[in-house]
Amino acid sequence: MTPAKATRTPPVLIFWIIAGWVGFVLFPWYGVEDGLFSFEWLVDGYPFEEDYSPAAFLIGQGEKLWLAPLLIPLLLPLLALGREKSDPAYFRILTVAGALGFGWLIIQGFSIGIRGFNFEWMKAAFGELGDRQFGMGYGAMICASAFLFLLTQGIAARGAVNGDVFVVGAIGGVVTIVTAFVFFPIANMLFSAFVTDEGAYSISAFVGKFFDDRLWGIGCFFGTRCGAALNSLVLAIAVGFITTVLGLAFALVVTRSGFRWKRILRALTVLPIITPPFVIGLALILLFGLSGSVTVFFADLLGTQPTRWLYGMPGVLIAQTLAFTPIAFLVLIGVVEGVSPSMEEAAQTLRANRWQTFRTVSLPLMRPGLANAFLLGFIESMADFGNPLVLGGNFDVLSTEIFFAIVGAQYDQGRAAVLAMVLLFFTLSAFFAQRAWLGKKSYTTVSGKGDAGVHPLIPKGLAIPAMIVALSWAIFTATVYGMIVYGSVVELWGVNNSLTFKHYVTAFSIRIEEEGIRWTGAAWDSFWTTITIAAIAAPLTGAVGLVTAYLLTRQSFAGKSAFEFGTMLSFAIPGTVIGVSYILAFNVPPIEITGTGIILVVSFIFRNMPVGVRAGIASMSQLDKSLDESSLTLGANSWQTFRRVILPLLRPAILAALVYSFVRAMTAISAVIFLVSAEYDMATSYIIGRVENNDYGLAIAYSTTLIFVMLSAVALMQVIVGRTQIGRRMTQSRTNV
Amino acid sequence: MSIASKAAPIRFEGVSKKFGKDVVAVDNIDLAVDAGKLVTLLGPSGCGKTTTLRMIAGLEMATSGRITIGDVDVTKLPATDRDVSMVFQSYALFPHMSVLENVMYGLTFSGFGKGEARSRALQGLDLVGLKGFDGRLPAELSGGQQQRVAVARALVLEPQVLLFDEPLSNLDAKLRRQVREDIRAIQQELGLTVVYVTHDQEEALAVSDEIVVMRNAAIAQTGTPRELFDAPNDRFVADFIGEANLIECQIVELDGGTAMIEIEGYRHQLPARGLSPGPATLAVRPSRIVLDGDTGVQATVAKATYVGVRMEYTLEGGFGQVFAVQDDVENPLEVGTNLYMSFASRGPVLLPGEA
Repeated sequence: MTPAKATRTPPVLIFWIIAGWVGFVLFPWYGVEDGLFSFEWLVDGYPFEEDYSPAAFLIGQGEKLWLAPLLIPLLLPLLALGREKSDPAYFRILTVAGALGFGWLIIQGFSIGIRGFNFEWMKAAFGELGDRQFGMGYGAMICASAFLFLLTQGIAARGAVNGDVFVVGAIGGVVTIVTAFVFFPIANMLFSAFVTDEGAYSISAFVGKFFDDRLWGIGCFFGTRCGAALNSLVLAIAVGFITTVLGLAFALVVTRSGFRWKRILRALTVLPIITPPFVIGLALILLFGLSGSVTVFFADLLGTQPTRWLYGMPGVLIAQTLAFTPIAFLVLIGVVEGVSPSMEEAAQTLRANRWQTFRTVSLPLMRPGLANAFLLGFIESMADFGNPLVLGGNFDVLSTEIFFAIVGAQYDQGRAAVLAMVLLFFTLSAFFAQRAWLGKKSYTTVSGKGDAGVHPLIPKGLAIPAMIVALSWAIFTATVYGMIVYGSVVELWGVNNSLTFKHYVTAFSIRIEEEGIRWTGAAWDSFWTTITIAAIAAPLTGAVGLVTAYLLTRQSFAGKSAFEFGTMLSFAIPGTVIGVSYILAFNVPPIEITGTGIILVVSFIFRNMPVGVRAGIASMSQLDKSLDESSLTLGANSWQTFRRVILPLLRPAILAALVYSFVRAMTAISAVIFLVSAEYDMATSYIIGRVENNDYGLAIAYSTTLIFVMLSAVALMQVIVGRTQIGRRMTQSRTNV
Repeated sequence: MSIASKAAPIRFEGVSKKFGKDVVAVDNIDLAVDAGKLVTLLGPSGCGKTTTLRMIAGLEMATSGRITIGDVDVTKLPATDRDVSMVFQSYALFPHMSVLENVMYGLTFSGFGKGEARSRALQGLDLVGLKGFDGRLPAELSGGQQQRVAVARALVLEPQVLLFDEPLSNLDAKLRRQVREDIRAIQQELGLTVVYVTHDQEEALAVSDEIVVMRNAAIAQTGTPRELFDAPNDRFVADFIGEANLIECQIVELDGGTAMIEIEGYRHQLPARGLSPGPATLAVRPSRIVLDGDTGVQATVAKATYVGVRMEYTLEGGFGQVFAVQDDVENPLEVGTNLYMSFASRGPVLLPGEA
């Protein structure tokens, strides 16, 4: 290895300076109408045609002159070339250039929109602009990135985070995209809730909408209807509570009861991951709906009229409980296994019997898990869109109300924003309540050393009810999934029960012609769109999640706890809220992506990012930090360490995160339903559309297909990654048999 | 009212423990621990010492055999119902309870009223020197303090038997000596029956009334520290306790209880310990090797290390390598010096030859 010359300019700096110029001079500055992936502009009048012109050519032709000041921050970094990193001028130049360029891009982006100046006072000050601009395109995005990373290099040169260019850049990048795609749309939505019908800001407009009787009414106690907010709240609390209790019962059965068929119960946890949530609702209709098998059976038996009891709160509650219990189970099984066995053994040697041990030690130590499971159930229920739509009847909840406010005849963005805020208010309150409840007490019990014990079994009085509950749930779930498969091959449920493959044919027929295969089925369009979008989103989600996890576990920097809190917070934002805030925020420049595939990809990235972050943190905290440190002392920088040491060790975790975000992108509905367009329709929203048209056969056949596609994706991952064993004693102690 | 002792003896009769079908952790051991004594289970990892301890606690159930504590057959009794408490290697303090709540925990399940439990717990904390720490959470204490809370929590129950599972392994070297002395002091003051597991022979020698050396799921030797040190039964014990050098020799003459041995022509007299003429093994501790004699076994100094209070030498010769220490640091031997190695008159022990 040759010693680096002291005055050599870092290649990263040269790269971003060039990138800035390339973005400015070579690429079309504004978004190209045919989408990012179309390159027709290359042969269509580029570079002089105004729509496709790079910024430099626009200015050269005397257009969009407000882009001209960007030349200053583009030229400025050239002065840094050849200077030493320790030279104060080096960091000053880069910091100023980066901040100036990035800042100006934001200011002009928000000031000038498709109708000229966006703000009245600007028109008053500068007069009518007579020109306009569209959303950012390649050029603007490359330029913005260049400014951002020039800025972070300047900050790093000043000595932040030990002068580590990669880490400062990663922090800057993550903060910027999370701000742009999580906090900006939410904040934007908050503001739009204050806008009156005439476009002025007003508190009373907000108050009027917020205290609308349709939200908070308590009419259901007097025979009419309750408000959507109240319904949502009651439903979410009930679902959170029931799923937590059921999840705990299953976790205890699996880990502490000597139960034989643990593997089956564990396998059931895969179900919510591969099932679009509303599919449960569809199956319930097949069972308990007006012409459902169970309903008809009992109606015949008792000679009564079939009722519509399922439609409304009971149906939604059952469907959500079925759909979200496995999530609670997934959370709780880790927590139940994580309670250090020596804690429970200590309690036993201190004369506590099994009940007392469970009540005073095991259960309190599971508190964080219980709180987490409740929060998850609560948020999932709040955000769930499909089940209330399918089963809700007259039972209005926030998520469906938001949907109808946006897409329905009322088209009231302000109302949608207020509803979304109420929803967000509920989930954030739950989030903060959880933190407050856990307080600052420590619940960490696995100390690493000397934990050789085995978990004692739970008392019989607890094991038997838990086992009964778990078994009946398992049977019920099996029935529900059986119904889904069966329902997909029935001609017309309850009317004509003959078996047929016609729904599959309608959805997935193909014709082989001379030019090749023609995908003639009705579902193919949305199917391929879904696969494509999910496949694009998965690696991006994984990348953002892993980098964030790396920063959180491996680096310390000013504002880290705020950074961590921000990423955690985005997990408490329901998909419905993301959906609404995206269409409100990204319908206009500077980021104008509504109706494109990009908005779907972006929404998936930030919806599923918390999952990637969690997976990354979980596996990274198992890699000892001395691994990084030894790599750093061996002469690698932190990017090389991340790339050559951390990433290879995390390969299984990465693969899991990829498959998981792929599958979640395919089953998502709550945000997607707002963001799809005619061109980019997703499988889930297509199915919901079929359900609304009472085309159950096709909907169920399509859902079944999706479940099997994702099942094979998950199975493939299992085969590749294999299963890891926890290094505890394999045998269960005979102590408590 | 003060913390008293209800010390009781422990007896193992033919006790075995198997995990699964064929992993034998403890193989048919007999063991007797007298009331009021501190007995150490010592051995390398995987020798079955922790399993033995957990069987006393009732955290593992014996596969066969009989265990009694006092006059009671506890073989089938779960931990809850045994009058035994245990200090865990990881301390196992409940992280969601304060120090006082931790110490009170067992008392509340032993039929004491709240006030009584509280005053006993405070007294226990006082005994281990943690007065005034009762309101803290375990996470707010240092490792040594956590350890003492764990001891107090076990002590206040006035158990028939108190168990320690490697209590010093998570402490730093300086603290170890102090905590080990504290444990011994409390044990002697209260007259407790204590069973103590460790893999550190120095720790075992320092605290025990009696040491049980375990190897491969069985007991290799039982005895007082002195007995084990001076009269090990076999090569394993001699090696494990005091790092003795093992030198092959021949017993050439027997005269009553005294044997004459020969190593490369050098002869030395020592107790025969019932061995008959023929090949045998001589166990000599590093400090019992004499280097300044005129006769002895020819050896060369291969390494010489100055460690402050003494010199450490590695010697090479026809017998192989031995490790010796000398108190004379003023006149160290050079590497390469040829000398005669002989043995102190007391200390070296004869063991059966290599099988």
